[in-house]
Amino acid sequence: MMLCLDGGLCRLPNRTTTDERSVATILRRDPDADIIKKIHMSTEHHIKLPEGSIEKTTTTLNLGPTHPATHGVFQNILELDGERIVSAEQTVGYIHRAFEKLAERRPLYQITTLTDRLNYCSSPINNMGWHLTCEKLLGVKTPKRVDYLRIIIMELSRISDHLICNSVVGVDSGAFTGFLYVMQYRELIYEIYEEVCGSRLTTNMGRIGGFERNFTNAAFEKIEKFLAEYPVVLKEFENLFTRNRIFMDRTIGAGPISADRALNYGFTGPNLRAAGVDYDVRVHTPYSSYEDFEFDIPVGSTGDCYDRFLVRNGEMWQSLRIIEQAYKKVQDMKGAESEIFHADAPSYYLPAKKDVYTKMEALIWHFKIVMGETEIPPGEVYHSVEGGNGEVGYYLISDGGRTPYRLHFRRPCFIYYQAYSELTKGAMLSDAVIVMSSLNLIAGEMDA
Amino acid sequence: MALTNETIKERLIAKFGDQLSHFEEPYGLLTFEAPKELNLKVLQHLFDDEELRFQFLTDLTAVHYPDQPGRELAVVYHLHNLIDNIRLRFKVYTASAQPDVFTATQLYSSANWMERETYDFFGINFVGHPNLKRILNVDEMDYFPLRKEYPLEDQTRIDKDDAMFGRGPLPAAQ
Amino acid sequence: MARPVRFNVHPIKADIKDNISLTNMPEGYMGEGFFTTSLSKVVGLGRKNSLWPMPFATSCCGIEFMAVMASHYDLARFGAERLGFSPRQCDLLMVMGTIAKKMGPVVKQVYLQMAEPRWVMAVGACASSGGIFDTYSVLQGIDQVVPVDVYVPGCPPRPEAILDGFMRIQDLVGQESIRRRNSEQYKGLLQSYGIQ
Repeated sequence: MMLCLDGGLCRLPNRTTTDERSVATILRRDPDADIIKKIHMSTEHHIKLPEGSIEKTTTTLNLGPTHPATHGVFQNILELDGERIVSAEQTVGYIHRAFEKLAERRPLYQITTLTDRLNYCSSPINNMGWHLTCEKLLGVKTPKRVDYLRIIIMELSRISDHLICNSVVGVDSGAFTGFLYVMQYRELIYEIYEEVCGSRLTTNMGRIGGFERNFTNAAFEKIEKFLAEYPVVLKEFENLFTRNRIFMDRTIGAGPISADRALNYGFTGPNLRAAGVDYDVRVHTPYSSYEDFEFDIPVGSTGDCYDRFLVRNGEMWQSLRIIEQAYKKVQDMKGAESEIFHADAPSYYLPAKKDVYTKMEALIWHFKIVMGETEIPPGEVYHSVEGGNGEVGYYLISDGGRTPYRLHFRRPCFIYYQAYSELTKGAMLSDAVIVMSSLNLIAGEMDA
Repeated sequence: MALTNETIKERLIAKFGDQLSHFEEPYGLLTFEAPKELNLKVLQHLFDDEELRFQFLTDLTAVHYPDQPGRELAVVYHLHNLIDNIRLRFKVYTASAQPDVFTATQLYSSANWMERETYDFFGINFVGHPNLKRILNVDEMDYFPLRKEYPLEDQTRIDKDDAMFGRGPLPAAQ
Repeated sequence: MARPVRFNVHPIKADIKDNISLTNMPEGYMGEGFFTTSLSKVVGLGRKNSLWPMPFATSCCGIEFMAVMASHYDLARFGAERLGFSPRQCDLLMVMGTIAKKMGPVVKQVYLQMAEPRWVMAVGACASSGGIFDTYSVLQGIDQVVPVDVYVPGCPPRPEAILDGFMRIQDLVGQESIRRRNSEQYKGLLQSYGIQ
């Protein structure tokens, strides 16, 4: 049971007594009775009752904004009838950081740090999506090796996002162990990110045109270690939950949604695939050479929490498959080709530091790029990638200046959280908690 | 017959004639503009037509162009035909003096919060919206922050040294 | 997997003797069957090794906190085994992540619900000073609304940094006089935040 932690908004119901002259019975017989005035006058000095609270038969429960289990800050005001939810109203914006206004003041490469903080569980996907958008605008074509390396990183971050979501669903249904087992491997993924870009969580990875440096041997060794060890752990995680009687009883039938309601609500990603629609941006509009890879798209049927759990697990297996194929393709590249880690775009990609310190041209290019003197063509572009939660879209309007004229992020969490009231109508309070965690709501992406 | 940008354009012009304008294809995405009174009719047609079938609203947002009097605020809809895999961008311009646009919530439930966000940032009044109030900013805010005339930073801070940040007058020379 | 980071692919065998530390006894007079020390020291020793933190995790720093809570960096080693989610039962409020102006009153409300003695740790650049978000909607540091004891910089801070911040809080807790919460100076501090 979630107790209200935002002291003051949690209103306790006025329990009616069995006394014949209880307020509720009087009101039912005669709404304008004199006794009401007397009651109001007598309680005036003791308790301040909110308007209409005597007549109300449902309890108002405030679920948030401070949540247990670190989901993020959003608020649900639930009207409960006993334990059934009559209605839910969501309030977001508790972490609104004005990304879109900030982006109008930052040159393109500084906006990458903003995109990290959208879906912070899988920040490399957002970074790569932004770089792909810029490359579309600027007309930069990346070589195959860069694409394959990007795919390895994006699929690793998809795995890390899904494993947090699934293990937190476990935590919310009472099982803490699964979370501890898989967080070990999230630490290994963090180490891979550290080898590539230096930072664990908010990665700011790569540049327009590729990566800042080639992947080191240590990075490849860690990727191999991950590929060797993680399938075992994932199998163990699945054994703990998938046919677990308690987990199945908690999640089957909780928060189902039909495919056409999901499409109308703008669902994308695992939530939509659990409802039965196999829309995946990687297949529909392939970017970064996804068309060279072979993978399936797991699809559910009812769209309830159990299907979402299974779809995310299935996607983790498919991501492992993609990483294996990409890794093999990268290892098969020999010679000069295996040293490429960025596109040939001197106007947008910072030159190598040793050249900057010795050659005049490289110094000038470096200065021009950092100061923002390079030519950004005016135009508007919309590009989307498959993030951990669905289609993350970047709508960029450039007027030819250093910074975008308008940048809008299409954030999947924001769009599908609207459906929460419909998903939990008539459900029990415990289902509301499980539905919220299985939708994988990330507050940073919701409010931006 | 596969649906291409050309066929979409022809079907739209066949239905609406020359009320639709500014057909362009930046980066391969068909973009066009319609007068604001027709936005629901266009969306409905794109939804119902058995060849067009644009039944997924990807994104709804707005852009502020302060130097186009009478057409300052543009509401931009991104639509997606999932069956034939084609995307579309559709713009509606309105003046900032009276920014009324019909709401798309009857057709797409996802437009509900997206329109609230657009109202919160730009002040566009969506006529017929069930619950048009601020969603991301504080409820007491009385201006629309993403319009170009408003600054990014909080103006009520007293602990920032303006001169060092390149704002305001420099301190008097010693 | 063994630590440290750079060598975990070819791990070094850990030695148990390096991994255990014992708490030191506070200074005092010892005799046959008795030990005297000041009450503050004993109470501080007890409090600091069993702090009950309340994680107020808002954004990205919250995910680093989840990593601290998990088995790799293990906050439970420091006595913070029981994470409370009700402020009425907790000693340490760890604010992790960006606090927007909409959220400011909520932080204040949670702080007011905590019972004395209470400590506040601002984890991350956003909680300390607004971070990279110098915008109209972000509170530029939670010390605008609540008094803060320890600030942990970083975006997000490494788990080791969060643990270091926790150890600084432990130092503060261990050395705090038991009269501090009733002193004029502390009351003046709370008055300056508008808290009675």
